[in-house]
Order: sequence, then C-alpha cells, then structure tokens
Amino acid sequence: MRIAIIDTSSTRAAIISDGLREAGLTDLVVIDPTGPLAAQVERAAPEVVLINLENPSRDVLEDFFAMSRALDRPIAMFVDQSEPESTMAAVDAGVSAYVVDGLAKQRIKPILDLAVRRFQAFSRLQTELAEAKTALADRQVIDRAKAILMRRRGLDEPAAYALLRSHAMTSNRRIADVAEAIVTSEQLMGDLP
Amino acid sequence: MSLDTFRIGFLPLVDAALPILAHELGFAEAEGIAIELVRDVTWAAVRDRLLYGHTDAAHLVAPLAISTALGRDRPAVPMAVPFVLGLNGNALTFSTALGEAVGLGETLGDPVAIGVALKAVAERRRDAGKPLRFGVVHRHSSHNYMLRYWLAGVGIRPDTDVAIIVTSPPFAADALAAGEVDGICVGEPWNSIAVDRGVGRIALATAQIWRRGVEKVLAMRADRAEERRDGVLRLIRALHAAAAHFVDPETVEQSAAILSRPHYLNAPVDAILRAITDRIRVVPGGEPVHYPDFMFQYREAANFPWRSQAAWLYAQMVRWEGLPFSPEDAATAQDVFRPDLYRAALAGSGAPLPGASSKLEGALVEPIGAGSTQGRLVLGSDPFFDGRAFDPDDIPGYLAGLP
Repeated sequence: MRIAIIDTSSTRAAIISDGLREAGLTDLVVIDPTGPLAAQVERAAPEVVLINLENPSRDVLEDFFAMSRALDRPIAMFVDQSEPESTMAAVDAGVSAYVVDGLAKQRIKPILDLAVRRFQAFSRLQTELAEAKTALADRQVIDRAKAILMRRRGLDEPAAYALLRSHAMTSNRRIADVAEAIVTSEQLMGDLP
Repeated sequence: MSLDTFRIGFLPLVDAALPILAHELGFAEAEGIAIELVRDVTWAAVRDRLLYGHTDAAHLVAPLAISTALGRDRPAVPMAVPFVLGLNGNALTFSTALGEAVGLGETLGDPVAIGVALKAVAERRRDAGKPLRFGVVHRHSSHNYMLRYWLAGVGIRPDTDVAIIVTSPPFAADALAAGEVDGICVGEPWNSIAVDRGVGRIALATAQIWRRGVEKVLAMRADRAEERRDGVLRLIRALHAAAAHFVDPETVEQSAAILSRPHYLNAPVDAILRAITDRIRVVPGGEPVHYPDFMFQYREAANFPWRSQAAWLYAQMVRWEGLPFSPEDAATAQDVFRPDLYRAALAGSGAPLPGASSKLEGALVEPIGAGSTQGRLVLGSDPFFDGRAFDPDDIPGYLAGLP
C-alpha cells in the first residue's frame, strides 16, 4: 500500500517513515512541501496521505482531491468517522490522514495509530531539545552573572554562585532568572561598554 | 466563579474581529462567558479542530459550514450557524501586469467594464495555452463563488477559460508576488498588503459583485450548539455588542491596533485600519478610495443568519460542482443557518429582529423598511452586479436562468 507523507518538518517526516517501514509498510513517498503539491501527489498516486494538521497546504490538497473526483478518479476524504476515537487521537496529535475511498477501514487504523505514536515521539524529541537549549542558555547567563558578581563584589566563583543561589531561594525564583536580572541590570546601569 | 469558556478557531483576517474584540474588550465577560482564540493558517484545520472538539466554535467561510453539513468531500456533520460575522470585506486583486493589461485605473472600476477587458486578455492567454490563474482561499468559500459569479456574468467560463486554484489567505500575496497566480480573491488585510508590497492592484471589492454578500460566520457543531444553548445565546449577545463597537467611528483605531497584534493578524495596523474604515488603497502609493459598503457588520441586522443566504451558497455549490440539485440538500443547507438562536439571544435587547427568516436576495434597488418583530429594520439595496435576483424557493429556476 502506497503512503504519501507531507510534513513541514523533514525530521518528523523521517521519524514517521522509519516507523512505517519498521511496521512493514515500505511503499512510501515523502512529498517535498516546498514543491508543487498537487503534481507530486498525483505522480505518487498514494492510497493514504498523511499530513500534519498545521500544514499550510491542506486547503490546496483538499481542493486537489475534490478536483480528482470531478475527473473520475478515486474519492479522497478525511479519516472515516466510524472510528471517531482514532480520528480524534490523530487530530490531537496533529496528524491528518486522507484515505482513498474503498480502502478497508481496518487497514487504515494501524497506519493512523502508528502515525500518532510517531508524531508524539517527535513532539517529545522537540520538548527535550527545547529543554536542552534552555539548560544551555541558563548556564550561560549564570556564568555571566557570576562574573559580574565576582568583579563587582570581589568574590571568588563559589561565593558568587552561593550568593546567587541564596538570593534565588529567599526570593523563590529560579537561579537563572536571578542571573538574568543581574545581567540585564548590569547592561542598563553598569559601566560595561 | 469560573466563566463558561468558548474556544474559537480563526484565521488571521480582519473579519475575525468580532470574537477577538468580544474577548479583548470585555463584551464576553459581561455576558458571563470567556473566549479563548485558536489561530490556524488553513480553513481545513479550523474546520477539523471544530469537528473533533479542539474548539467549540469557529470563524469560518460560510460555504464550508454548509458543505460540511452536506458531507461534501468528507462524512457529513450537522452544523449550526447562529450568527453572521460580517458581509463582504473581500477584494479581487490583480498582479501588476494583469492590472495594466486590463487598464485598471486609480480607483475601483466598473465590474462590467473590467470584465470586458479581462475577457479579451483571458481568451488570448487561453489560446496561447497559458490560461490566467486566480487564487481563492478555499473551494467552499464565498470568494470562489463571488469570483465565479462575476467571471461567468461577463462571459468568462471558469475552469475553461481560466484556472481557479486554492491558496491560503496569509500566502495569497506571496503567490501573487511569485507569479503563481495572476489574481487573488481574498479577505483583508491580504489585498491591501499585496498593494502595499507593490505586487498587485485591487480591481474590485466583492461588494461590487453582490452588495450584501454573506461572508464569515460563527459556526458550531449542531449537537454542541444544542448542549450549550445558554452559552451560545450569551456568545451571540457578546458578538453583537462587539459588532456595535466595531462600526463606531470613534473606536476604529483601537480595533485596528488590537487586530494587528502578533497573536491575532500579525499585520500592519495601517492596512487593517483602511479595511475597517472602508477606505481602500487600490494602487501602490495611491490615495485610499472610500467605498462605503466595502466591509459590512452590524447595520441592517447584517449579523442575522438569513436562510436565503445559505440557499444562495447551496445554489452556487450545485452550479459549480457538477452535482445535481436536490430539495433535501437545499433544506439541509438552509437548516445550517439558525435564525431561531439569533432571535432567542437578542429578544428584548432592542436589536432589530427580522420578522422573516428568508428573503429575495438582490432584489432591493433602494433602502426599504422591512418587517420586524422588534426594533426598526431598514434594509439597504443589495443588488448583484448583473441585476439578477435570487429566489430561495425556486433554486432550479434560478440556476436555469444563469449563464
């Protein structure tokens, strides 16, 4: 069964493709979201199209499917409502699927379930990445704040950090937020260039 | 006390103003409800979030609510439209090259004269194997039907002489700039943004094609509208109050500033202000032209969901999608519009309430007083550019008489 994947994120498209392949669905076409959409879908002639809900081309795709019907080709439609739970799970995860009419419902459900799991795996990845980025940014701002404290108050590094930490504890704020405030204040009020 | 919350989906367009203002300016809170706004970039996503419960209501192109209820292209879901968010407010913008080819002036021109010039260009391009391409925002949009109505009316066959394709509103100006299309029919501020970017000029306001054409609506699933009936009535009152505020000349700058925020339209305040005040800059660098009915909210019970407007949209679906007319479908389409909810919400408020739920569309040549059960209602002239009227009780007869 041929499945087309349209995703604005090439990482997510790869994650979905890998999952489908592991499940033995190997006839996959990844559509280039920057290229002419309808032409690529037409060439691929898929039985199922997986696309992310926020893709800006969804209206274009639906128009293409509707036109295909006018040209006496298979009808395409959003996932059949006879499976409302899996449809809702899909929309919650941010995936939309278009299914060629006549494809047995029991064949689309596992694909959709798998796509949902892969979408969730991707968003976990995104969250972890965002957390890692924040941690890095936090460390940088704390280092800068420590340097400011060391210079302005003649402290050594452990003492500067201890000061930051105790202020964070007494004011019930994150150390990084206190550090951020020090750096900002130094930029505005300090004698740095 | 926690407020009854409505999550409302919308696209970044000026006519999403009423739910945004109802939220921002406290009209919702005054009715004991809260509004959370959920922005998308395609109508398909707005519709899907509505159908699968991410949102409770949506700012939606009216024909899409009807096609969803009719099960066109997807399984049918009963829909309810208790409130019209506005009439018209769209324009047809040509690329600079096409604008020059048809001789557009410095002001909004005459639909018939522009049509004659366009027909000559369209035929040349068709014969050369490179037909003109127009972008509309969704196949089930008033933009698509207004454009087709006008093209057919001036003797240009849509789908044969020209191509009509879909492009989402926030990308319409880009499509024009990139030469993917020769013209776009889209809501504001995207026409004005195309003009300000110097990539196009406004040929016509859709109000010139149908003076009182139904545009965006507040759409809900019919079952949810039933379950939350009390909340829906409050929401209608909040939107109606927001509409009165929106058309007040004293508040337009405030409204434009709110709409321009990144979270809403993320667009220049100046372009939004021109749309709200019906002052449209049609050529780059030109003086804005005042066209009083460009965008139409509130007055003349503009927010009332006339069943005859739903019937007109259904008639266009039959006309352009090659599907047979069906009396059952016509009834389903009209049942989507819910004047009963509108009346229930605004009874006793002093807002004019039409006595009828359906009218002859496009038949008024001058303003007349209309029957109302409450308040004084005057309906302005509402012609189609070709002078035809639409009788919702005789859709087959109407379709047979069209070019």
